[in-house]
Amino acid sequence: MIPGPFELVRATSVEDAIAALVEHGDDAKILAGGHSLLPLMKLRLAMPAYLVDISGIPGMSYVRVDGDEVAIGAGTRHHELEKDAVAAAEVPLLPYTASQVGDPQVRHRGTIGGTVAHSDPASDLPTALLALGGDVVVQGPEGRRTIPLTEFWLGFFETALAEDELIVEIRVPRTGSAGWAYEKFTRRANDWPIVAAAAVDGRVALANMAGSVVRATATEEALARGASIAEAAALADEGTSPGADMHADQEYRRHLARLLTRRALERAAGAASAAA
Amino acid sequence: MSILGTRVVRTEDPLFLTRGATYTDDLVDDRLTGALHATFIRSQVAHGRVLSVDTSAAREAPGVVAVYSAEDCTDLDPIPAGLPMVPAAMSRPWFASETVRFVGDIIAVVLTEERYQGEDAAEMVSVDIDTLPAVVTTADALKDETLLFPEAGTNVMAAFGEPEPADFFAGCEVVVRQAVVNQRVAPVPLETRAAAAAWGEDGRVTIFCSNQGAQQAKAQIAGWLGLDPALVHLVTPDVGGGFGAKIGADPEFAMVAWLAQKAGRPVKWVENRSENLVGMLHGRGQDQVVAIGGSRDGTVEAYSLLVDQDCGAYPRFGPVLPTLTMLMAPAVYAFPKVHAQARALATNTTSIGAYRGAGRPEATAAVERALDLFAAEIGMDPAEVRRKNLLPDFHEPHTTAMGAVYDSGEYVAALDKVLDAAGYQELRAEQARRRENGDVKQLGIGMSVYVEITGADTGLGAGESAEMEVHPDGTATVLTGTSPHGQGHATAWAMIASEQTGIPVDKITVIHGDTDRIPRGGGTMGSRSLQQGGAAVHQAATELVELAKQRAAEQLEADPADLEIDLSSAGLSVRGTPGAGITLAQLAEKEPLLVQTRFEAGGPTFPFGAHLVVVEVDTESGKTEVQRVVTVDDAGTIVNPLLAEGQRHGGIAQGVAQALLEEVLYDADGNPQTSTLADYPFVSATELPSFELVDMATPTPMNPLGAKGIGEAGTIGSTPAVHNAVIDAVAHLGVRHIDMPTTPMKVWRAIQQAQQEGTH
Repeated sequence: MIPGPFELVRATSVEDAIAALVEHGDDAKILAGGHSLLPLMKLRLAMPAYLVDISGIPGMSYVRVDGDEVAIGAGTRHHELEKDAVAAAEVPLLPYTASQVGDPQVRHRGTIGGTVAHSDPASDLPTALLALGGDVVVQGPEGRRTIPLTEFWLGFFETALAEDELIVEIRVPRTGSAGWAYEKFTRRANDWPIVAAAAVDGRVALANMAGSVVRATATEEALARGASIAEAAALADEGTSPGADMHADQEYRRHLARLLTRRALERAAGAASAAA
Repeated sequence: MSILGTRVVRTEDPLFLTRGATYTDDLVDDRLTGALHATFIRSQVAHGRVLSVDTSAAREAPGVVAVYSAEDCTDLDPIPAGLPMVPAAMSRPWFASETVRFVGDIIAVVLTEERYQGEDAAEMVSVDIDTLPAVVTTADALKDETLLFPEAGTNVMAAFGEPEPADFFAGCEVVVRQAVVNQRVAPVPLETRAAAAAWGEDGRVTIFCSNQGAQQAKAQIAGWLGLDPALVHLVTPDVGGGFGAKIGADPEFAMVAWLAQKAGRPVKWVENRSENLVGMLHGRGQDQVVAIGGSRDGTVEAYSLLVDQDCGAYPRFGPVLPTLTMLMAPAVYAFPKVHAQARALATNTTSIGAYRGAGRPEATAAVERALDLFAAEIGMDPAEVRRKNLLPDFHEPHTTAMGAVYDSGEYVAALDKVLDAAGYQELRAEQARRRENGDVKQLGIGMSVYVEITGADTGLGAGESAEMEVHPDGTATVLTGTSPHGQGHATAWAMIASEQTGIPVDKITVIHGDTDRIPRGGGTMGSRSLQQGGAAVHQAATELVELAKQRAAEQLEADPADLEIDLSSAGLSVRGTPGAGITLAQLAEKEPLLVQTRFEAGGPTFPFGAHLVVVEVDTESGKTEVQRVVTVDDAGTIVNPLLAEGQRHGGIAQGVAQALLEEVLYDADGNPQTSTLADYPFVSATELPSFELVDMATPTPMNPLGAKGIGEAGTIGSTPAVHNAVIDAVAHLGVRHIDMPTTPMKVWRAIQQAQQEGTH
């Protein structure tokens, strides 16, 4: 439970952090809130030689409206997102989902950029983000580029982020009064989801049903052609490839995906009609 | 008014809640200056032949002072099986040299200057193991195909009782038989295991370790190391929880002392959480078969229990556990016939030890599940079935079919109290409404009535020691042989001493856990402390007042019989002459005012109670939410309700956790699946409602305080009540049994299966 030896690089700017990534290549890992990375290091499942600490970089934590989108600084902590008034008004799915992450200690340390970069399929905020759609803004030595969220997560701990790139911002559409819901299934309040479903505006994303968070495309298509919630939700696990563990085997996970999708869609519909 | 029975706030808390207590890891002691840090290299294979252990690279790693393995340990005999019923061949080598028998078995140890260097160096020890088939379940063990100890010729560590007679249930109208799992759980104390040792120039070793009884730990370590006990000084610093798993000593504690001698420097070891989850003793681990027979009017005529106890790789308390389960098998019931049989088995897993209740919760869980199965079979309300079969109230000792002698019991009253407090009829009406509506969330009502045995070591010569001394400054010191690790003895023992002497609680210091100062003591386990240790303090304070009277009589030129204690001044006065007296402190100025005493109780006590639990089960997902826990826990006279409630709260929470959440899991090869707290789901406040505690107090005649044990009762009562409640919630769907922990997946699957069977 003691990490292997490593050197700590305290970055003072995004450029500084990228320079460290360029220098050390895949020997380096970015340290933001540390709530995913440090446990892996303590178990020696990850042994980076260099840790590039970005928590001291100013200006990485913000939530602001930018045209039709809400822009969220990568360094925004879950707790900040949970309590943010702009987020509550413009994209309420996100602060609610942030409130469901881990426990207060985790929410005060973990960052949205960190959880997006980590690509754990059993993560709350990535599930909500995938349902929202939008982009990840990343910066590398050549400057910034934008990666659509639908193309960002490639698999378990695997993303479209290059070795020398840093996530600087997440952008999602303003959903305003559109109905939304996040249904998270756990055994204990502070656990990772066994399965979770996020629904907003006819889109549905699932946690822990594949190597990364995934969209329930069959459900979305069914909704688009006018199917009922029950009919559409019954298709939620189509195309998914859930794993089996002590909490759930594949059959049960598929059942949960269908059940939680139905509940999320019903709740979203209820919220939408209440807002109308 | 007596201070006893009042809610004195824990005197321990300001320290524990502010700068923190001094646990073994926190010790700052001259004797430990320059201590080396021990890091164990443990087997990653459940069962295998050790082909080679190469420590050469580790020896060269930064900070490494020494590396030891089996070849360096020729001066110690293996750790003996230690129990007369267990084959002697089932001993444990200090370092596995030929065979590893569980993931966690010790293969080597590195000593480093700094603690962090140990984990780096440990990775450089290269171990080559030829894997053997692993025995993971009791069913595997019983086959005796793969043997953990081939020289023993069997995996059976011990066997008790005969098979159930073929005609045992002859004449019963209804017989229900069910396999029931009482799963393996991990104790998870907040403070993991830790030890430090230093040898003095006088040839004595001082061992600091986290345990539940210094005297027992010392005796065990001295025995294992072949040391004259007089050369061992064992000190118990503050301890952050034990739950039975810190009873006595673990081999690692003795090894720390051995290492300190070998290295010629003090040595310290503090395990991390992953090491704790595979290295510390586990609890429970019984595969049971219950059978219950009787007539359709609800009368039970015969009850039979078969226990296959998983003991893990090496015998610790595991082989003893089923004897307690068998002893308590008849529980609170007047069953005319009770049969019990048990087999204690070796498996390639972490050893099983005592865990909060140790054998008694397993007995209660079995019989309470059996009664619900019987009630379901005959279609009778489970409360009614219980009432029909409970022992009638008794206040003279009652001897059970298994030979236990209960001191007193009012089981029907306890059940009625809990049903009333919960509003049982209204709950059943609400349940009926939901069933009729076909609600997604169904209500489950579960109950248990229990009796347990506390201070079970009474009569085995255990007793308990206490010493009390009043000092000239008006303060007092109490020395106890108990070993608090969260229970609040510093407060409770001071209250008991204060009640007799008038010395204020905040002027009384309670000391425990130092074998030089307190050579005899039974420690804290089996809910024994108050009824034995507290009673010993009571006796010491009483004797101290008598001694003071003798001394004061000379000073005051009065007959001792005319003297009485004046609690307001903590002194003695001549009866009828207010003011003319002398304080205990003044007496202590002349010569030490000190008594040492030993209390022997007349026998163990049998606390009892009844729990009622209400759960809501989401029938679509299988998830359970505990809504209410109402409990009656009769622990006799209560010395401090705040402390007693704390014990009930903690016990209930751990009991709920076993029913719903906790389980140590291994894969088919014996690899632990729950070796971090991300995977091992211990319960937290978010999963629990506020508990509704109902008072009931039947004093025991076994000690002058009238106190019975309360440490384990909550666990014993709550586990079956929650378990029964979950099954009750889905019983109308055709479900009769679900094994613990009743995870959402298991509940969902049980509903699916019941529905499929129902449609056939």
